[in-house]
Amino acid sequence: MRRLLALLLLACAFCPLMAKEAPYLAQDPAVEKRLIDISEEMRCLVCQNESLAASQADLAKDLRQELREQIKAGKSDAEIRDFMVSRYGDFVLYRPPVKSTTWLLWLGPFVGMLCGLIALAFFLRSRRRDIQAAPSTLTAEELKTAEQLMQDGSK
Amino acid sequence: MKAKFLIPLLLFFVLLGFLAVGLTRDPREVPSPLINRPAPDFKVSQLIQADQHFSPADLKGQVWVLNVWASWCVSCREEHEQLIAFSKRKAAPLIGLDYKDPRMDALKVLAQRGNPYDITAVDQDGRVGIDFGVYGVPETYVIDKQGIIRFKQIGPVTVEVLEKTIYPLIDRLKQS
Amino acid sequence: MIPELGHFALILALCIAALQGTLLLRGADTGRREWMVLARPSAQAHFLLMLLSFAALAYSFIAKDFSVLYVAEHSNSQLPLIYRFGATWGGHEGSLLLWVFLLSTWSVAVAQFSRTLDERMVARVIGVLGLVSLGLILFILFTSNPFTRLLPGAPDGQDLNPMLQDPGLVFHPPMLYMGYVGFSVAFAFAIAALLAGRLDAAWARWSRPWTTLAWIFLTLGIALGSWWAYYTLGWGGWWFWDPVENASFMPWLVGTALLHSLIVTDKRGSFKNWTVLLAISAFSLSLLGTFLVRSGVLTSVHAFATDPRRGVFILILLALVVGSSLALFAWRAPKVTMGGSFGMFSRESLLLYGNVLLIVAASSVLLGTLYPLLVDALNLGKISVGPPYFNTIFVPIMAPAVVLLALVPLARWKSAEWQPIVQRLWPALLAGVIAAVIIPLWIGHWTWLIALGVFLAVWVAGSTVLQLGRRLQSGNPPVAFWAMQVAHLGIAVFVFGVTMVGGYQEEKDVRMAPGDTTLVGGYQFKLNGVDQVQGPNYQAFRGQFEVSKNGQVSRILNPEKRTYASSSMPMTNAAIDAGFSRDVYVSLGEPLEGQAWAVRVYYKPFVDWIWGGCLFMALGGILAMFDRRYRLKVKPQDYATA
Repeated sequence: MRRLLALLLLACAFCPLMAKEAPYLAQDPAVEKRLIDISEEMRCLVCQNESLAASQADLAKDLRQELREQIKAGKSDAEIRDFMVSRYGDFVLYRPPVKSTTWLLWLGPFVGMLCGLIALAFFLRSRRRDIQAAPSTLTAEELKTAEQLMQDGSK
Repeated sequence: MKAKFLIPLLLFFVLLGFLAVGLTRDPREVPSPLINRPAPDFKVSQLIQADQHFSPADLKGQVWVLNVWASWCVSCREEHEQLIAFSKRKAAPLIGLDYKDPRMDALKVLAQRGNPYDITAVDQDGRVGIDFGVYGVPETYVIDKQGIIRFKQIGPVTVEVLEKTIYPLIDRLKQS
Repeated sequence: MIPELGHFALILALCIAALQGTLLLRGADTGRREWMVLARPSAQAHFLLMLLSFAALAYSFIAKDFSVLYVAEHSNSQLPLIYRFGATWGGHEGSLLLWVFLLSTWSVAVAQFSRTLDERMVARVIGVLGLVSLGLILFILFTSNPFTRLLPGAPDGQDLNPMLQDPGLVFHPPMLYMGYVGFSVAFAFAIAALLAGRLDAAWARWSRPWTTLAWIFLTLGIALGSWWAYYTLGWGGWWFWDPVENASFMPWLVGTALLHSLIVTDKRGSFKNWTVLLAISAFSLSLLGTFLVRSGVLTSVHAFATDPRRGVFILILLALVVGSSLALFAWRAPKVTMGGSFGMFSRESLLLYGNVLLIVAASSVLLGTLYPLLVDALNLGKISVGPPYFNTIFVPIMAPAVVLLALVPLARWKSAEWQPIVQRLWPALLAGVIAAVIIPLWIGHWTWLIALGVFLAVWVAGSTVLQLGRRLQSGNPPVAFWAMQVAHLGIAVFVFGVTMVGGYQEEKDVRMAPGDTTLVGGYQFKLNGVDQVQGPNYQAFRGQFEVSKNGQVSRILNPEKRTYASSSMPMTNAAIDAGFSRDVYVSLGEPLEGQAWAVRVYYKPFVDWIWGGCLFMALGGILAMFDRRYRLKVKPQDYATA
């Protein structure tokens, strides 16, 4: 292994013109970055467990190409999302749109958190009051016995 | 029994209900947002007569069926028989959309298995498919006289789908 | 012959489980000693039978017995030995057998280590575990039998999914299941206590070590799964909020809440009902996860082959186990006495606020995971809920919890004041704020999210240091104190790793021919060449990359693109140079013309701190197990018979 490596390095040293800085795979890295940002939040319809950015399915490659062209044509993120949703439905978006059917989804956690914390505060307060208000459960006889025992114990 | 302690149990029953219903659904199926919307317009060349074109506008005023298929698609073979039967019954024009398919392969398949289509249009690069929201061939659309998509079948058409949904729908649309 | 033995052993185990579920519970109810004493021996017998059954299946894999259908579906003659063994749990049927086998392991462990526990309690705990086992073995025998024969036997198997042919397969599922299944013990203790009508601090004290142990396994199992996904998928991601991942994360969140709630119940006898409910919920979520993965109700990359019949069975099992537990809870909970009083600001109350946040987080994950199902079931359409949703809601809920966790150890039991806490912790607060401002600026990119992450990490770490410093001044603190600090420090390390990698990772997709170089994150990558190599059951293209920084070659990386004999889809095996402060990651894409390859290169700063943090948390848990307070001998007469 080492020898092979040394030979390779030697070979490379003799042809510096062949080695160069690797070009980006994408034609336009800026467009590509925006494509990845948008398509990462979309589901691949064929390999439904992968994002549109990651999937190697043919349809995903076609769609990425389509989106690339739309980005180059100057379409906004919202327009591109609409393009996809009008053809494939909300299912294609990993970030569920905020509409009446998703209010529970988006607001639920925060409302739940507030309610939970407030409810706990109230509960703790009422619990303290309940404990303090509870009458002593020992009868007078038992109280005397308890006091006697405590006196005996401390001797 | 204090009522508040029943809340976890009740919440659980609600959850169970949803899970039970969930067992009857297919999470992979993607319903089309194009139902009751105009069929996207396109103009592509035909498969058999390559110098001729096809466009949905050609069939305006008629109820017709669009079937997206390909020679490399395995499930398409399942439905081919049904499509032949459909074309014999002549309920409505059947237009095939050959999706991302080498021309020679498509022609061979039609020659081997029979050609159920009145016209076969060619979607070479898949653009038309994208506009129609195609994600897994075969897919079949029923389009009415005004060019509105009224039904989409994802996956092969079966006898059941034809008898229970497609034929009745075509009859209804023809009458309106 | 062996598979039939395994099958038979499984049936016998079913019978034992049925006995446990009936005699032990009835015996405890009526006080029949001759039935209750069967607890320990029945647990041992059950374990041995399950061991036999599991061993039979494992043997069938190792011996390449392709006349067993399950083996034929998941193995191959060329599969290396270690993966033949791991393939035992590579599919639905085998993984369920593992599940029940591990349940029997926990059961016999509880039976062994409870000699000083009241025999009624032991009988009930083993009885409940027996009932769970009963349900699952019935499920296996009726819908998912791994011993079904394929006759005539296949000449060769279909091979294990290449994605699973990795050391991760050998460790992740068993570790994860040990955790998942381990929460059944806390569950069984809770049910036993409810059945006895006796919930007290002693019950909490008994439950704690078992819960801690299960939690340790689950923490490690999830961390392993995350790390495995990271290095195996070639995309550098480490968490996808996939339904199956969520299915393991929810029990973890509830389990963490349970651990801390048990502390309150143990120390102060308070919040018994809440703790019991948490114990029931943690295991219920484990069962729910089992349902979600195997029923086909949700799409997931982890989902096993689905069959609606299996889904129905597990749903019924879920309904019976959880439904009856919650019904029992509703019946007995009102009769439970209240524990000690404590102030609105005290260690107890702060622990409970933390609990609320953890439960809200778990509920939110559940909501997001099930929402597509909800919407579909109500015929409101089809939506997806993915990482953007979970990331958006998870951080705001957990951030306050992380802030809280640094404070709680300083709050006194029963009644605390905030002034002394501030006095002690203000340096950590200051350090956190300064770090949040300076560090991102210094690196070169500042956002609110990164600043928040840095603040939380430094705040918790600073608080840990201050507390350790203070405590060490007055002698050697108990193991439990170290355990807590180590575990909490783990959170800080974890948060730091997540923040750094999320904020500063770099990736590049380039076209590289031999001799080409590219620069990412200050590291230079040079492709020396790509060779073809032969593996035991695959062919691969192997690239050789030189990684250097400042002219110094630090590593040679060999990413591979493998094509397995059994599958047409090529597998990407990334090559990673892991370091303390960063990972450098190379994966081969598609071959291009002219000897060139599409190459993806990553720079991932502090990514290993993510799993390092998890290790710390698990270590904290392990330390907690050594606390001498657990060695407390509870004499039988201290327990009044219920």
